[in-house]
Amino acid sequence: MGVVARRRAADVASKILMGIATAVGVFFLLWIIWTTLRFGISGMHWDLFTKDTPPPGTDEFGLRNAFVGSLILLAVSLSIGVPIGLMAGTWLAEYGFRGRTANAVRFINDIMLSAPSIEIGLFAYAIMVGPMGHFSAAAGGVALAILMIPIIVRTTDEMLGLIGSDMREAAIALGAPVWVVVTKVTWKAARAGILTGILIALARVTGETAPLLFTALNDQFFSTGLLRPIANIPVVIYQFALSPYANWQQMAWAAAFITVLFVLVLSLVARSVLGKVQVPK
Amino acid sequence: MNGPEAVLRVSAGPVPEKPKAVRRSSPSRLSADFLFHKAAVFAAFLAAATLFATVIAITYDSWPSIQTFGVWGFLKSSEWNPVTQTFGAFPFIVGTLISSAIAMSLGVPVSFGIAVFITEIAPAWIKKPVAGAIELLAAIPSIVYGLWGLLVFAPVFAEIEPWITRNLGAIPGIGPLFHGPPMGIGMLTAGIILAIMVLPYISSIMRDVFLVVPSSLRESAYALGSTTWEVAWHIVLPYTRSAVIGAIFLGLGRALGETMAVTFVIGNSNVLSSSLLMPGATIPSVLANEFTEATTMLYRSSLIYLGLILIAVTLTVQSFAVLLIRRLGRSQGASA
Amino acid sequence: MTPDLPPRFPTVNVAVSVKSRDAAENDSPAQPPVKIAARNLNFYYGNFHAIKDVSLDVTQNRVTAFIGPSGCGKSTVLRIFNRIYDLYPGHRAEGQVILDGEDILTLKNIGRLRAKVGMVFQRPTPFPMSIHENVAFGIRLYERLRRSEMDDRVQRALTKAGLWDEVKDKLNQSGLGLSGGQQQRLCIARALAVNPEVLLLDEPASSLDPISTAKIEELLFELKETCTVVIVTHNMQQAARASDFTAFLLEGKLIEYQPTPKLFTTPSDPRTEAYITGRFG
Repeated sequence: MGVVARRRAADVASKILMGIATAVGVFFLLWIIWTTLRFGISGMHWDLFTKDTPPPGTDEFGLRNAFVGSLILLAVSLSIGVPIGLMAGTWLAEYGFRGRTANAVRFINDIMLSAPSIEIGLFAYAIMVGPMGHFSAAAGGVALAILMIPIIVRTTDEMLGLIGSDMREAAIALGAPVWVVVTKVTWKAARAGILTGILIALARVTGETAPLLFTALNDQFFSTGLLRPIANIPVVIYQFALSPYANWQQMAWAAAFITVLFVLVLSLVARSVLGKVQVPK
Repeated sequence: MNGPEAVLRVSAGPVPEKPKAVRRSSPSRLSADFLFHKAAVFAAFLAAATLFATVIAITYDSWPSIQTFGVWGFLKSSEWNPVTQTFGAFPFIVGTLISSAIAMSLGVPVSFGIAVFITEIAPAWIKKPVAGAIELLAAIPSIVYGLWGLLVFAPVFAEIEPWITRNLGAIPGIGPLFHGPPMGIGMLTAGIILAIMVLPYISSIMRDVFLVVPSSLRESAYALGSTTWEVAWHIVLPYTRSAVIGAIFLGLGRALGETMAVTFVIGNSNVLSSSLLMPGATIPSVLANEFTEATTMLYRSSLIYLGLILIAVTLTVQSFAVLLIRRLGRSQGASA
Repeated sequence: MTPDLPPRFPTVNVAVSVKSRDAAENDSPAQPPVKIAARNLNFYYGNFHAIKDVSLDVTQNRVTAFIGPSGCGKSTVLRIFNRIYDLYPGHRAEGQVILDGEDILTLKNIGRLRAKVGMVFQRPTPFPMSIHENVAFGIRLYERLRRSEMDDRVQRALTKAGLWDEVKDKLNQSGLGLSGGQQQRLCIARALAVNPEVLLLDEPASSLDPISTAKIEELLFELKETCTVVIVTHNMQQAARASDFTAFLLEGKLIEYQPTPKLFTTPSDPRTEAYITGRFG
């Protein structure tokens, strides 16, 4: 085979291989989504939303306490994570700029972005569960907040950075103090992008199980107290999936289905919000 | 001396500050600025300090175990016995490394293939949906991977395993790696699922940096008659080399720390085995499995000690990853 | 009017070059006083010496234009007058700029300065809020007004900027929805709303179409009755049309400063003549 023919063969072969690689990726995605849909929908039941998790060995359905618990955990993590993330991102974009400290903070933030969630769980255990002496929803909220913060910091930093200096200068020229410029002008101008960051952060922590295993644990019963363990979807899935009970396994699928649906909707909303970002020149 | 010079001196002379009619600037203005600034500084400090606080807190909680077993002793020992309260990290370290190695050796080539396919080969109408589909893989929570892995993939894989044992198990040298009962779960399964999980991360970074390659570079290669593969391998890849390595490290960091997907399918055996088809354990999986049952302080502390080892490894890997990815971004003037 | 600076004759041409005698013949006896007096002004961007020993007087209630090729420093001098360069570390000014008897460069409370000296930038920068809120923004920084008073002030500002008729029915709509020329007049209204004594305009019409440009030039005639106007422009015809005094800068130095008709018909410096006849720039 001549050189050219060999090269052409290699090109065709490589194109086929890369097409196969892509097909493999898409194949697994479709497989996972398909089974989640199939088993999840067949496991859906009104009782899931009205009754609490049943004890082992019965034929009941119910996930209400887990749904409520997860919502509470998300609410706690948002109320801690958003203010810290927003203000830290604001510091980077409005006070730190490209300075050495700011870049160091960005570097550390990038590392935290992909920190294994189990480590964050251990950290939350160390600072909250250990001293408090027991597992708690609050600790779970803190763990999830720590997972959220790097994402919010990064998007806020980038979105605020997109706002040109013109608008800031115009506000300063009117005599506005820095905090007014930031909160009333720059934040407003970047609000779509900042919101997107929060939605993405929310999508990320939905379904996080490992950190909750060391903090909020689980609860068979309904509770809303922050100072004790609380039922939540991911740990329930963990518990139910590994069990031998058919109804528990069905509920695990249903819960997985709802979780995936929730994350997909959040991602879609985030993308559409970002699409509407009006970048002032 | 009349004329401009005199005027100059008059108008340039120092004049006492005259209070004009005050337009009511709020007196607390300075303090509001001050408070806001300090709040922002504090938040940034918290965000950055969390990393250090994590390391410190985990080291502190592992101290009892560090004192009991030492560093080298803990790393070497294969004995993990809650009854006799002897703990050793070796099987879990090996398990973590092997499952991640499988994930990387499967995931990196596939990610590369996907990235090149999307950037160079795919026609325009395929690009976006395929790229979106791959990104969707990242959105799926790891527990769903675990659930699917255990209840859907493992049974199917159990059918394939005899084939693997027959064929790959016959290769001299590495053959014994593939001997074992076809249970469907085990180290190999865990590695495969991890590979699927890291695909979107590695391939999307690769895609992003491939796009940064100046089109003039690519075009001149094509103009000389290069094939797509040659451009990808000899031009695009070397150009983006440090970022690609960074992407691989990032994927490695994820694979090392992944908990739920691995816990479901790895079989949870604390004994080191010589076959990939046998069950095993990784540091995250044993943490997930045994933490709530750790009754003694030493037991818990040893588990946290495992976590400390994990964080040391992932931190190093991720620091390199971020450094490498940023370097390419900086040299291109684009943000990676 | 400040009693400290007696009305002088002539008021201009206190520039370094000795041209005062020519000017004296052209000026009428009852000259308005000097509003801003710059003396030995030097400005540095880091190590770059951008403005070299500039001295000039800006006459009250007149339009003064700065012209010169790109990079000559005309915008830099303008931006010294409201200390907006303070935002950027490494930018510093030396010399004196006397406004109403106080040296701007050593002022501690810049807020008062910015209330007196307004600025309109090259590109329109409406804030991300309604038209009404855009105009009210500056007022709110300094005064607490009742709703009806605020509406009144907003209307007056928009009228002064020549925009009222076009937006009176859509005050609650976003400022970003206006055309470029309208946005710029909105920014002018915003600056006028706080009743500044000096208005600095940095190439306000450079990104606008001819009709909008003409409207803005009309504005300048009306504005100078209540304001002192300083305008930077790269459009010489605009300077010739709209200003009373023109300063020509080149490479950070003030080359010539004359009443406008004189500078454009019989410039004293050959470089001025070369620039206005288009031989460079």
